[in-house]
Amino acid sequence: MTPRVRLVMLLVGLAGVVVMLATALPELPGFGGHTHPYRDRAMTAAYHQSTANAVASVNFDQRAFDTFGEETILIASVMGVAALVRRLPEEQRRERRQRGHVLESTRWAATVFLPLTVLLGADVVTHGAITPGGGFQGGAIAATGIHLLYLGGRYRLLERLRPLALFEVTEAAGLAGFLAVAVTGLAVAGSVLANFLPRGQLTQLLSAGTVPALNFAVGVAVASSIILLIAGFLEQALAITGHRSDSQADDEAAS
Amino acid sequence: MSYYPYAVGLAIVLLGIIGIARSRDLVHAVVCLSISQSGTYVLLLAVGFDRGGVAPIFGSTVSRSTRVVDPVVQALTLTDIVVSAAVTSMLLAVVLQIAKRRDTVDPDQLRSLEG
Repeated sequence: MTPRVRLVMLLVGLAGVVVMLATALPELPGFGGHTHPYRDRAMTAAYHQSTANAVASVNFDQRAFDTFGEETILIASVMGVAALVRRLPEEQRRERRQRGHVLESTRWAATVFLPLTVLLGADVVTHGAITPGGGFQGGAIAATGIHLLYLGGRYRLLERLRPLALFEVTEAAGLAGFLAVAVTGLAVAGSVLANFLPRGQLTQLLSAGTVPALNFAVGVAVASSIILLIAGFLEQALAITGHRSDSQADDEAAS
Repeated sequence: MSYYPYAVGLAIVLLGIIGIARSRDLVHAVVCLSISQSGTYVLLLAVGFDRGGVAPIFGSTVSRSTRVVDPVVQALTLTDIVVSAAVTSMLLAVVLQIAKRRDTVDPDQLRSLEG
């Protein structure tokens, strides 16, 4: 099948899909309309649970079980990548020589922003129940911050600051923490992931019951997951030499 | 009442699919899949939009009677993004393996089965 034939077939199929979508669209409530029954129910529930951030309330209280699945998906993908991205028998790991040139300004910017970014990530996780953000977002920000070292040309330092064995443990601990809250809810309040903690005052830092705890568990798991993922890819790109003769030729040319 | 934003979201999904079909490079195909998923974010958020609504976070300016946008679809979008990250990373790992074993990332070169 030539690319042209393939494209024609695809366009025929897509034309059918477009016709169906065009028929379905007018059945939807119009954009920007004022009737949102789910919105009304979710906002009421969030108010009663003293969770200022309704999105966090939906994710970590009203449908927390689904969020447990979501966290598990991420961790499963880390395991999958770790299984796929590993050294083949004929490959060897080498100490990477310093190559490439990093601008002094980039180096400084990375050094200045690293603590700020990690701190911002922690802040976004901590205030997940009362301001925009939460465990997923804050975890991603914190993991990004650590990788500023790589952008600043300090891969060796990144390797030292990034004990992968520890992050494998914290990733599992994040998942276990979520499970612990779930099971405690079952024991105390009779249903899995019940919000069994005192809910406090709306918009206070210690409010919303179990939501901050679950946010923290997810934040730890997500940050660890992203660090492990990127570590796998960086290791492939920077520290493993292929078995192909051309890469060895490159090395000889470079040395 | 306008349906234009929904159409934009769906168009992004379809353009991503066209990109996957026309792709000459597996990394490019993975990126196209991410673009398709981005279309679903646009669609979800468009469904939850309420003209004149603000962010669904209680505070000094938002009380129970304030008009807000739908937090449910925003939570679903968050899930969507996490799934997208997981899928993308897995696929890129597979592409890495293919590149190592077959020395190519052009899907048209990957016809023959390896015994």
